[in-house]
Amino acid sequence: MSNFERFLDTFFKWPIIVEYTPAILNGMLVTILIGAAVVVTGIALGLLLAVLRSYRLRIFSWPIIIFADIMRALPPLVLVLLFFFGLPNLGISLSGFTVLWLVLSLTLAAFAEEIFWAGITSVRKGQWDAARASGLTATQTLIYIILPQAVRITIPPLTNRTIAIVKNTALGTVIGVPEILNQATTAVSFAGNATPLTLGAIAYLVLFLPVVTLGRWIETRFAWKRA
Amino acid sequence: MEDLIQQFFNVDIMMQTWPLMLRGLGMTLLLCAIVIPLGALAGLLVAVAGLSRSLAGRIAMRIYVDFFRAIPPLVLLIFIYSALPFAGINLSPLTAVVIAFTLNTSSFYGEIFRAGIESVGQGQWHAARATGLTAAQTLGHVIIPQAARNVLPDLASNTLEVMKLTALASVVSFAELLYSADMARSVTYNATPIVMAAALYLVIMWPLVRLAGRLEHRIAT
Repeated sequence: MSNFERFLDTFFKWPIIVEYTPAILNGMLVTILIGAAVVVTGIALGLLLAVLRSYRLRIFSWPIIIFADIMRALPPLVLVLLFFFGLPNLGISLSGFTVLWLVLSLTLAAFAEEIFWAGITSVRKGQWDAARASGLTATQTLIYIILPQAVRITIPPLTNRTIAIVKNTALGTVIGVPEILNQATTAVSFAGNATPLTLGAIAYLVLFLPVVTLGRWIETRFAWKRA
Repeated sequence: MEDLIQQFFNVDIMMQTWPLMLRGLGMTLLLCAIVIPLGALAGLLVAVAGLSRSLAGRIAMRIYVDFFRAIPPLVLLIFIYSALPFAGINLSPLTAVVIAFTLNTSSFYGEIFRAGIESVGQGQWHAARATGLTAAQTLGHVIIPQAARNVLPDLASNTLEVMKLTALASVVSFAELLYSADMARSVTYNATPIVMAAALYLVIMWPLVRLAGRLEHRIAT
């Protein structure tokens, strides 16, 4: 067998591709589900926290700052293990899917809060003053004047951060969530061949290459240009 | 409450596992000390390739960067650690971790350096070349110092991400902080070691979180 044939036989073996593609496709579905759930809850919670913080009341600001700092400092895998193996000792048993969703949502919320907050503070103070002087309430000012201007400049960093955090769905493999990587490693040990991991890598490329390209486009499209 | 303290903040278990955790922390710092410089250096090469005049260089850089930005680092690590042995390439956990994380982080550092170099005006380049500096000297003495300053916030927050990334090494049984904590957890049937690991991560990461935040605000104003 030539070297090239041996390479194909190790990483692209046809019968194994046929046998395990359905499992990898199932994994993709799980990855997409968790990813979508994380994006929705993470960004919504982040926006909510940033809005609360913009009222500049200490009772909101301090807990939010502490939460954001902790979640940005901790590797997500630490929290995944803590929630999955620690909480059952208190009688709280969460499924792997729930733990992964929770941890990644909280992580994304922390980063999103900081990004939205940076966006809100970047809107010039005169906008606040003018809006309040024209008779809008603080909440109306926030919703109609500040947020529309703030959100635009948050889109590029938020997109990149969201991609990075959604890729962490692969951590689910450690706690048995049947996402792509988990399906691939399981299949490798059944098949005794590396092909399923190649399939897994391809599945990630199929899912994330378009998103990465989109992120790049958004970065140039929404680039923050100072007048 | 009693349960919570018993299960998450157990002093006996803290005393027992402390030496193991410290050794793990040492390995985590060692990983950072290897991966951060290697990743940054490789990233610089990627950035220079991406700015080269040859179209092939630019396309190759784009493919390299997008490929490693699309693949989750854990997938890359597991591929290198458990798929390559099928091709007769057996790597130690440390080697696998260093290769995987260098590839992954170089693409992020590469993008940051490229943005930084592009942020330095063309005039700087022409002026430096006109005074007789070679291309390499211009890059090293004129462009990169200014570029690095422009992208300092991104460099700081990416370095923080690299440090957090090292926790994934636990998945391939490299005895860094999280692996040590998880070992201690499975032996003691108690979550205290993971809480200790979280606390240690906070201690080493938190200054960087603050630093990155402050740099961002300084640039913004």
